[in-house]
Amino acid sequence: MSLKDIQPTGNKDTRSGFGDGIVEAARKNPNIVALTADLAGSLKLQQFMKEFPERFVQCGIAEANMIGIAAGMTIGGKIPFTTTFANFSTGRVYDQIRQSVAYSGKNVKICASHAGLTLGEDGATHQILEDIGMMKMLPGMTVIVPCDYAQTKAATQAIAEYEGPVYLRFGRPIWPIFTKEEDFIIGKAQQFSTGTDVSIFACGHMVWNAIQAGIALEEKGISAEVINIHTIKPLDEEAVLASIRKTKCAVTAEEHNIIGGLGDAISQCATRHFPIPIEYVGTKDTFGESGIPKDLLKKYGLDVPDIVAAAEKVLQRKAAQ
Amino acid sequence: MPELKAIASQIRRDIVRMVHGANSGHPGGSLGCADFLTALYFKILKHDPAFHMDARDEDVFVLSNGHISPVFYSVLARSGYFDIKELATFRKINSRLQGHPATHEHLPGIRIASGSLGQGMSVAIGAALTKKLNNDSNLVFSLHGDGELDEGQIWEAAMFAAHHKVDNLISTIDWNGQQIDGPTSKVMNLGNLRAKFDAFGWTTLEMNGNDMDEVVAGLEKAKSLTGQGKPICILMHTAMGKGVDFMEGTHEWHGIAPNDEQLAKALAQLPETLGDY
Repeated sequence: MSLKDIQPTGNKDTRSGFGDGIVEAARKNPNIVALTADLAGSLKLQQFMKEFPERFVQCGIAEANMIGIAAGMTIGGKIPFTTTFANFSTGRVYDQIRQSVAYSGKNVKICASHAGLTLGEDGATHQILEDIGMMKMLPGMTVIVPCDYAQTKAATQAIAEYEGPVYLRFGRPIWPIFTKEEDFIIGKAQQFSTGTDVSIFACGHMVWNAIQAGIALEEKGISAEVINIHTIKPLDEEAVLASIRKTKCAVTAEEHNIIGGLGDAISQCATRHFPIPIEYVGTKDTFGESGIPKDLLKKYGLDVPDIVAAAEKVLQRKAAQ
Repeated sequence: MPELKAIASQIRRDIVRMVHGANSGHPGGSLGCADFLTALYFKILKHDPAFHMDARDEDVFVLSNGHISPVFYSVLARSGYFDIKELATFRKINSRLQGHPATHEHLPGIRIASGSLGQGMSVAIGAALTKKLNNDSNLVFSLHGDGELDEGQIWEAAMFAAHHKVDNLISTIDWNGQQIDGPTSKVMNLGNLRAKFDAFGWTTLEMNGNDMDEVVAGLEKAKSLTGQGKPICILMHTAMGKGVDFMEGTHEWHGIAPNDEQLAKALAQLPETLGDY
């Protein structure tokens, strides 16, 4: 398996994967309902609204109310999918999710678009970089960050069949499609290459960048094992440990603050079971800003060369041990 | 079945004994809402103490002001949801009777956690929407504190319920005019509540929540007004601490427990009608 063989089959936004996935899920299961807080268009719900108008609930710009309604709709067997931007899906309604969804054990799917820096021009008010941390701290919450259109479509259908609260995080930009829907399993890490020198764990849009970094490292004679941790909680510890026991060092890459996100999850797993040097690619405890996604990823250190540099640094640390 | 007023007296005994036993809890609002919850569970609500979370083919009740858990637990136990002996475990470790109601310990009768205020009306609306989708003609009732109306989410929910014609919902406001820091008029003036709910597009009723006949009549009237395209709000006038003279009408007993002497004094005012737990 060579990273160079991974070719995009197209380009599409992950949010469209959500919009297409929820239609497929709703065709199969009549209990699925979709709620939105005035962002049905941004979350690509047009087809759902057309096919299932009676199962669509417009909440207006009132996210707290939307989360409460979703929790209530489970009483009687509905499976509510709430939809808005990631910031308004989490930070704005943390306590509503905590009490009415997570603590109450309700089967609500919190589906969040426009996460991270790649939201772009709207700037820091909308670019949440703390949501993975908030959601993974909630007992019982499953946290999924798919990497492309196909995986987001697959994840949307998979969470419909999974019983329990889920946070599904995706985004706005057009991004390469390079996975197959059938390869997604909740909680099962997806390995793109077998390597011996360094493990690269990534989620969301950063998986594509991690693959590109892996190719660049291969060209330098460094063997990188690129693994997609689309399910951050529950973490596939078996896959993580199998990889780091072999490579003995790791890089994590995420479109999120390095505090609280994927990096923290990998780090905790490693320190508990097999301590190794780890370098973290993500935002460094900062807010974002306006700009086009490409420029923002570069400025905030989330670009392909940043992952390559992190791998080289962690290899030096490993060698110095 | 003993008459409702007698049941309410026993429930008030349970409340003060539970709060005394835990040396913490919220007796004031619990006592004030004892008549309402007695009428609801022993007369109005279509419900099954065998308890099914999904509540298909029965009414749903959502307690939004979760701190009045003592009255809720007592009414549930006295209705047969669980053994009244379990009331003695209120707020103690390893109990299903958490300080604020929770589904987490699987206590029969609880369908949603509450305690952090302002969330229950949204939850009740959700349950009401599901009933409509399921062609289930039963109703959803919710109870809220008046201080809880300070929370913005309540008004998000109020706007939603009218817009979406959630007319299988009866939300009652415990209008006792008290909140933790003092009278609502001083802490955060509620203004003309009736005009507010009317303006939000609800059908608004008022009743004396400490007159059992009026509570039953008010709830029956509210039921008769469902299905007409508007959510129903009952503004329920109560006295915080009702039934125990030294607790009545003051916010001082919102969230403190009586000592042994105060307990004896309180119980002397509340006839034991169904047997203490």
